[in-house]
Amino acid sequence: MDILHSIFVAPFIDMGAYPDFLLQVIWEGFVAGVLYSLIALGFVLIYKASGVFNFAQGIMVVFAALVLVSLHEMGMPAWVAVLVSVVVMGLLAIGVERFVLRKLVNQHDAILLMATIGLTLVLKGSGQLIFGGEPKPMITRELGLPTGASDWEVFGGVVIFQHIDIAATVVALLMVLALAVFFSKTRIGRALRAVADDHQAALSVGISLHQIWAIVWFAAGIVALVTGIMWGARSEVSFALEIIALKALAVLILGGFTSIPGAIVGGLVIGIGEKLFEVYWGALFGSGVEAWFAYVLALIFLLFRPQGLFGERIIERV
Amino acid sequence: MLYREAGQFKTSYAADQALLPILQDRIGLSLILLVAFVGIPLLATDFFIGSVMIPFLVFSLAAIGLNILTGYAGQLSLGTGAFMGVGAYACYKLTTYFPDINIILLILFSGVFSAAAGVLFGLPSLRIKGLYLAITTLAAQFFLEWCFIRIAWLYNYNDSGAIEVPTRKLLDIAITGASATPVVRYLVIISVVTLMALVAANVLRGRIGRSWMMIRDMDIAAELMGIRPLRAKLSAFAFSSYYCGVAGALMVFMWIGSAEVESFDINHSFLVLFMVIIGGMGSLLGCFLGAAFIWVLPIIIRAVPQLIGLDLLAATTEHLTNIIIGVLIIFFLIVEPHGLARLWQLGKEKLRTWPFPYASN
Amino acid sequence: MNHARRWSDQLSEELGSGASAELLSVDNVSLSFGGVKAIADISFDILKGEVRAIIGPNGAGKTSMLNVINGFYHPQEGIITFRGKQRRRMKPYQAAASGIARTFQNVALFKGMSTLDNIMSGRSLKMHCGFLWQVVHIGPARSEEIRHRRRVEEIIDFLEIAHIRKQPVGKLPYGLQKRVELGRAMAMEPELLLLDEPMAGMNLEEKEDMSRFIIDLNSEFGTTIALIEHDMGVVMDLADRVVVLDYGRKIADGTPAEVQANQDVIDAYLGVAH
Repeated sequence: MDILHSIFVAPFIDMGAYPDFLLQVIWEGFVAGVLYSLIALGFVLIYKASGVFNFAQGIMVVFAALVLVSLHEMGMPAWVAVLVSVVVMGLLAIGVERFVLRKLVNQHDAILLMATIGLTLVLKGSGQLIFGGEPKPMITRELGLPTGASDWEVFGGVVIFQHIDIAATVVALLMVLALAVFFSKTRIGRALRAVADDHQAALSVGISLHQIWAIVWFAAGIVALVTGIMWGARSEVSFALEIIALKALAVLILGGFTSIPGAIVGGLVIGIGEKLFEVYWGALFGSGVEAWFAYVLALIFLLFRPQGLFGERIIERV
Repeated sequence: MLYREAGQFKTSYAADQALLPILQDRIGLSLILLVAFVGIPLLATDFFIGSVMIPFLVFSLAAIGLNILTGYAGQLSLGTGAFMGVGAYACYKLTTYFPDINIILLILFSGVFSAAAGVLFGLPSLRIKGLYLAITTLAAQFFLEWCFIRIAWLYNYNDSGAIEVPTRKLLDIAITGASATPVVRYLVIISVVTLMALVAANVLRGRIGRSWMMIRDMDIAAELMGIRPLRAKLSAFAFSSYYCGVAGALMVFMWIGSAEVESFDINHSFLVLFMVIIGGMGSLLGCFLGAAFIWVLPIIIRAVPQLIGLDLLAATTEHLTNIIIGVLIIFFLIVEPHGLARLWQLGKEKLRTWPFPYASN
Repeated sequence: MNHARRWSDQLSEELGSGASAELLSVDNVSLSFGGVKAIADISFDILKGEVRAIIGPNGAGKTSMLNVINGFYHPQEGIITFRGKQRRRMKPYQAAASGIARTFQNVALFKGMSTLDNIMSGRSLKMHCGFLWQVVHIGPARSEEIRHRRRVEEIIDFLEIAHIRKQPVGKLPYGLQKRVELGRAMAMEPELLLLDEPMAGMNLEEKEDMSRFIIDLNSEFGTTIALIEHDMGVVMDLADRVVVLDYGRKIADGTPAEVQANQDVIDAYLGVAH
């Protein structure tokens, strides 16, 4: 009975007793969730357009942020460094398209996944070789990002909002909007949706797959850069992020591999869920449950809805 | 000229279905086994045995485990490291409770526990396929890792959080622990690995192995031919995880001597996956080739610059190794998805027809 | 073709003596996906030993019908009776165990395996040797393997594919792949064999070969066959009876001659002015 009480009753009493603390926990989870969503967004972009499950998205985040920080260290002004980093991500996209994707057309999706695991190793190795393996601080101030925090007195307590967290949320929102406009309003966006629907049909109406792939990888690269900046500003730029980025895979399971709204909702659910679980239930299990909560939640979810939150039901054919 | 089966006529199906139907292959394997069981223990240095051969064999066994699941049954797993961990911790607990039972038996039995864990985490495979399943194996990886840290009972409440391998003897010769010599440990490992590789070969060529390959190649057709998907997939998970578990137990008890959770982290899962990809999915030989390649490559990268007078930092070699392995994985997936094993096979084909390259069969 | 005629003569004799039995009957089966009706209230039967064709324009629900018969789709309504056992829901492997085998519209071979292994895989249900024997691969496991290999070699001889015995099927030409697939289904020694467009995409010679195999399979081994085929010449020559589907409904059922003369069938194929 005690155990049932501490699972089903006590946490909710805690929540009710200190609503300001609850709000703080939810906010922290929300911001973490925004970053998961951003990583997942990169995955979804690439998966939609090329059917490639890009395992390297996490390392691309680290890589992009490292390029930016290192360029600035070498004396480049912050905004020039950002532009050069964008160019680097563009070159990476072209390189990946030319030397990896183009050669693996029509391969089984597991093969493509493993190729991106290979890409992960290459990026990780070269990132460490060129920039060194130690964590670096993000150039938050130089980029004009806000620092500091605001207090909000509510429920008889105080909730603290870090300004950078608010900025991250706003930037993420703007980026999602920009992508939505890009997809629905531009010629390339239309071509991209056509490719996502049917490769061969798209080819037959004169859309270049190579071009589209390079563009989505470039877009995913920019998403990675933004994610890297925000993540770096919240903590630091380090390869440890690579493991955390794997949680975006769990996000994808919740949201579905092809749904941008799914990636966002999934990210927020996991971000908030794992914070709440860690804070209110973690003590029951011994702390550190954040390490697996996302995956186990995804696993349980899969058993009931294999197609994700926003996916369509799959009808198998023979 | 030398490698040719001309004149070797099979007169029975039994002969045609033998593991190695060609005489030259049988001779070759016998030579390799002779070198492995007699030559290396007699001639090789402790460094070579302890730092090259033993890790190579342990990883080969883990690669066989993963290859059964991924290469033969088509279920991609990213949780190999954790399943190895289950075997290691199970073995540690078993030898704590039953110090008098022969440690080799315990190592072989500890695989049963990881088989059970494999079945548990393989259950979703009935409803989930492909990439989704890979993510559920990540759940296994991180959840089990967490268990290895949080459940202090697993490491007997040591302050260090690590398991220390006690000395266990067979016929008064120490085979585990600090006093066991590399040669003795090597002989135990090579015996276990040889035996288990043979078992894997037998299972894979029979009814059960075929049912896994059917599920891998075309699950719907397999089901319409009477294969129960759940049974086939779970048996693959169990069999595969058993191998990984024994490999994990061997790794701790026969190679590194102590272990904490880092020994079973996701990087190890990836390492074994790379061995399978580069060695060749769906090939037992490939497991050995891949393990040898991935384990020996860093040693070579460390050694070569020293030979030509360059002095590289240890970290630099690690990064270079990462890049090279990454490039090779992409290269193999593009050029030869069946890895080194297929290259070897192609080489043999060339040998058969040499010096007439256009003669077929 | 002579074989087929002879067989249908034989069949009508049996019918006369009342010896012919219903092997499978489909009663009032309906199947829909979401709002789309794939099959609407269809009934027909298949007699033991006959060659039964299912024809109809594209999208008529033919393949869905086969999928229902071997348990891959579960119809919302209706009963299927196979060898006297009634069912609506059944797992595909249970259907296989009860004696239904099939080939597929798009070849569904096990691409990573050789011709021999593909056909051996058809013996899966007949092999029972336990895990421990498999591990050592001596005694029962080995003799079982060899016993079934012998049977598989007979099928390989029958289909004249001995020369590709050890080749991986992925690289075989399409016509041979279809033949291997037939061999794999034959290896199950089914009571009822479902062939989904066995001759699609074949040239005339390959079609003739395939027809010969189907006739021999039916007359020599006595296997009951249900086939979907678009080549009307083939259907009319091979089939004892034909059922015609259009838009998920049955529009005709009878001997080839009867079906050919049916006005609904002609309309369905040629289109009709409204």
